[in-house]
Amino acid sequence: MRMAFSSGYLLYLYLPIMILPLFSFNDSYYISFPLQSFTMRWYDELAADPSILAALVNSLEIGLITALLSTALGVLSARPLARYRLRGQASILGIIMLPMVIPELILAVSLLVVLNQASLGIGKWAVILGHMLICYPFAVAILMARFEGFAIELEEASLDLGATPWQTFWRIVFPLVMPGIVASFLLTFTISFDEFLIAFFLSSDEPTLPVYIWGQLRFPKKLPSALALGTLIIVVSFLVAGFAEWLRRRHEASEGLP
Amino acid sequence: MTSAAGNSSTRRSRKRWFSQSHPESFAYLQLSPGLLLVAAALLAPLCILVIASFWTSQGGGELDTGFSLANYAKLLERPGYATIFLRSIAIAGSVTLIAIVLAYPLAYFVAFDVHKRKLIWLLLITLPFWTSYLLRVFAWKVVLGWNGAINSGLLSLGIIDEPFQFLLYNPVSVVITMSHAWATFAILPIYLSLEKIDRNLLDAAADLGDGPLRRFLRVTLPLSMPGVIAASVIIFIPTVGDYITPALVGGPDGLMVSNLIQAQFGKANNWPFGAAVSVVAITSVTLLSVVFVSTVRRLTAKVR
Repeated sequence: MRMAFSSGYLLYLYLPIMILPLFSFNDSYYISFPLQSFTMRWYDELAADPSILAALVNSLEIGLITALLSTALGVLSARPLARYRLRGQASILGIIMLPMVIPELILAVSLLVVLNQASLGIGKWAVILGHMLICYPFAVAILMARFEGFAIELEEASLDLGATPWQTFWRIVFPLVMPGIVASFLLTFTISFDEFLIAFFLSSDEPTLPVYIWGQLRFPKKLPSALALGTLIIVVSFLVAGFAEWLRRRHEASEGLP
Repeated sequence: MTSAAGNSSTRRSRKRWFSQSHPESFAYLQLSPGLLLVAAALLAPLCILVIASFWTSQGGGELDTGFSLANYAKLLERPGYATIFLRSIAIAGSVTLIAIVLAYPLAYFVAFDVHKRKLIWLLLITLPFWTSYLLRVFAWKVVLGWNGAINSGLLSLGIIDEPFQFLLYNPVSVVITMSHAWATFAILPIYLSLEKIDRNLLDAAADLGDGPLRRFLRVTLPLSMPGVIAASVIIFIPTVGDYITPALVGGPDGLMVSNLIQAQFGKANNWPFGAAVSVVAITSVTLLSVVFVSTVRRLTAKVR
């Protein structure tokens, strides 16, 4: 019975998502049964729209820079947190995790007020700042777990055998933390790529993909091509997620880590 | 040769001097860029938001930056605002409860009954989380709509003659959509805490004469409470402040605090009032979470 419930519930979690691909090939402006004939025209419409490409480029740019910077910050912060018992460690962790417990809308709104009051303006870099803020705690959490996964003695041995801290970092620490860095990069990229609210408030005239989709949802005639775009995004994120999981499990299997 | 060795060791010790003899200061140095980010992009803006909530809008974009409680008075005076606050809390509370009640059996199943294919189950549970939240909510709009998948499906099967009106644009559709969209965040923490339970404790309870139900209520459930608490906080805080779902499937009767805040920064162009709403929202959410977590902890301690 537990098996039946669990499978059923899991199926229920997937059903609404499957509706998007189904109707993206349906030859009708209306998203309703019965299905009409099969068509690719919504995908053709997508390909013919230059503003989608612009939004995609914005999203990729913001996502990559955010992932790179927040993972780098994450590596810097996670090592001391995992290695030492620092004075004020609990409060430092609390401050780092703070962006996770504050609703995104309030993050967006407070950044908007500050940037406007300081006449700094908004746009891509403001979105990157906001995204770094929400991605940073995730990067720290993932990388802390990774740093805790190998012994500090490896670093100490390297230093004792005459390597400089710089050499130790690049030759010992970095390769060992690499799976964590990849996982953090992929997760932070995905969070940034999917994020809507901060981009909605701060992207100004440089919309990201979710902000662009949001704009399309108001026009009934644009709905089918929004479905097609959504389908493509779902397929790509499933591939990225599958790759990330495969990478993580493969490393864990080869190193015998839990 | 001795001098060469001596040389390299001085050089080495100089390089190691900072990181080795002052590990604490070096650690704080490494932490500073991240903390600076949170301070500059979150703490400072939040402080300014609080200050701005005491300003008043004079209309047409003009601001009066003198101290005033007018925004807060306005929030208290008009009953409509209190309704929106209470509705947001009620919706987020129901979503949290439903998500956890549905997630628990699945988490229990994966933790205790699945042995060989655990990874596949976990992967299948995690995958939906990787797809865009906006798209998941949008999918529900398509499913529940007047002309949507459920209604048109039932119509074309001849089960109903007229589409159901009650499916979309009300608080219930918001609850359905959110409890679906946040399911992963309920399943995973509960699964982790169930997985951690020492199986010997369960055997001991059974040996000492506890039936399955009694054993579940006295051993398994209390020990999995940390996961349940984590899941509730992870779900309650973002859903209370969700904007997309009420905007897409809520309709006028399903609007929540975020829609109110967004309107002040958009159409209404009264952002000091929007700041005041944000301050009240964040304070009440924090208070509610603290009260909730401490109450549950106390109750769990009593059961044990």
